[in-house]
Amino acid sequence: MTPAFRIRGLDLGYGDRPVVHEVDLDVAHGCTTVLIGANGCGKSTLLKGLSRQLRPAGGTLEADGRDVRSWSSREYARSVSLLPQSPVVPEGLTVAELVERGRHPHRRWWGAPSPDDDAAVARALELTELTALAARPVEELSGGQRQRAWIALTLAQGARTMLLDEPTSFLDLAHQVDLLDMLHGLEHPDGTRATVVAVLHELNLAARVADRLVAMADGRIVATGTPHEVLTPALLAEVFGLRADVAHDPVGGHPVVLPRGRAREGSSPDLPDLPVLSDLPDLPAVPAAPSAAEPARR
Amino acid sequence: MSTALAPDPVRPAPASASAQDPAAAVRAVRRARARRTRRALALLVLALLAALAVRVLLGRYTVTVPDFFAILTGERIPGASFIVLQEKLPRAVLGALAGIAFGCSGALFRRVLRNPLASPDILGITYGAAAGAVAGMAVWGLRGTAVSWTALAGALLAAVLIAAASVRLRGGAGIVGERFLLAGIGTASLAQALTAAMLVRLSLNSAQDAALWTAGSLSAATWERITVLGACLAVAVPVAVVVHRSLEPAELGPELAAGLGAHPARSRALALGLGVVLAAAATAATGPLAFVALMSTPVATALTRGRTSIVACALVGAVLVVVADAVGSELLGDVRLPAGVVTGAVGAPVMLWLLVRQRRGASA
Repeated sequence: MTPAFRIRGLDLGYGDRPVVHEVDLDVAHGCTTVLIGANGCGKSTLLKGLSRQLRPAGGTLEADGRDVRSWSSREYARSVSLLPQSPVVPEGLTVAELVERGRHPHRRWWGAPSPDDDAAVARALELTELTALAARPVEELSGGQRQRAWIALTLAQGARTMLLDEPTSFLDLAHQVDLLDMLHGLEHPDGTRATVVAVLHELNLAARVADRLVAMADGRIVATGTPHEVLTPALLAEVFGLRADVAHDPVGGHPVVLPRGRAREGSSPDLPDLPVLSDLPDLPAVPAAPSAAEPARR
Repeated sequence: MSTALAPDPVRPAPASASAQDPAAAVRAVRRARARRTRRALALLVLALLAALAVRVLLGRYTVTVPDFFAILTGERIPGASFIVLQEKLPRAVLGALAGIAFGCSGALFRRVLRNPLASPDILGITYGAAAGAVAGMAVWGLRGTAVSWTALAGALLAAVLIAAASVRLRGGAGIVGERFLLAGIGTASLAQALTAAMLVRLSLNSAQDAALWTAGSLSAATWERITVLGACLAVAVPVAVVVHRSLEPAELGPELAAGLGAHPARSRALALGLGVVLAAAATAATGPLAFVALMSTPVATALTRGRTSIVACALVGAVLVVVADAVGSELLGDVRLPAGVVTGAVGAPVMLWLLVRQRRGASA
């Protein structure tokens, strides 16, 4: 199967300042891939490259087997959607109107919205639990509701691949979990599973939803794999400078990061002197098992 | 409708019947909004017609409705024919056209720069035109229609100056909003300084003409000017409507707009160019009618309850100018004021109100 993205030796940067160096990565369709890393490590820049906002300075970047530069922009927007970190709230729009803006790549500039547009908007509102607020002005929403409205806009765009830059900022913990579970189990109307590439700061939430974690440091990919493979004390020390233990969630078996403090500069990343709490004896960890709360996944 | 969410027993089901078909509910919300916008537009058209009727029929010289239509169909009524065809009607029509141009221009500037104070009259486009006009009179001794052309040149020169200071070609960022605003304000004060410097050089008589021109007035309305401005608008307004619509994704910020497959940099540059041309054409015909472009968008947005319709902005602009001209020339007793002075007097408090509202919005 053609991967959603095939990245080889990709360099990205702003002007003369390179930020992402020689990244090799395959992003499979139907998976949730989460990018993690410290601030300024190039996660958001990589996402900008994937959404074609930055022209690759070197290497190749293919989406669905085609070089990204060979797509027309409307065509690309129907296939890959992006939710940036800080979109701008336009004046005087209702929630439904804002979400309808997501239909832009499907619409012509004349004509009224089609029944398809209405159905996509309605579905997006329903998935983000905003149906009751459809007629409210966006300016009146709380921060969390607003963030859900942006996600609804991205859902309404109906792209197979969704790029989300910190989609859970401004949400309380319950809504973060709700949102990530929704995205993780999201199916398109035709029944295929959505492809999600997200930047997340909260490692435990990332471990909960990611099929695949990609850890970045200094513009390079340091590790990729399942949350179990990536979230290790050694890697956390290397990527975040964080001294931490990794335990296993008794329910679902996801790794859980327990921060202990900042790793001292020059200290060895394997931290032999700390008590290891992982692997509770009566609950053998199931590697990358689906959470019990979720429906069976394909 | 298939949703792949895990079954969520606590999700509250909306009680209304429209919840049966969510798409129908979305459609209903959208249609209610569209209906409100249409109602506001109809109201504005009626208001414009009423303002035009008041301007043409009432005032110091009153014309009856049958006489007016008789004059329009070519009958010659001594005195009345001249006053209607050479004075009242051209002023009303030119005022409406200039208002439409300023209203469209203001709506485009505001949507591109996303700032309530972004309008061609704050950003030096109209002051550039005034400087051009005064330069035409003071330096080359021009009179009449020729002054319109130097005004147009002045407006375009101001626009080029602002663009040169604010466009960043490298990195593909296109026009940078804040830099455009700052460069515009700087250009405005430069143009005002030049205008003042040249006014001093003029003879007393020409200085009075120039002062009238820089205030913005419909007193020089002629059918020739109406034809030129009308022809400009016939081309520019439909394009403005399309460009304004195409900027909808750009309102969401450059990143999201690009994610939606729009080309914000291109359409923003086009919109600003068009806004400059509209403001320049109107200023060349009437002089800078202060604050019309600035006021029309917030007034129109209030009438349509938030949704920005460029047609509504254009109609508000037209109503504002026609009413301001009627007030200035007829309704203040013996005092006669050019329309631009009236719009400026109304516009200054509106601008203060916008500033206060913007600060409150920023702190909220």
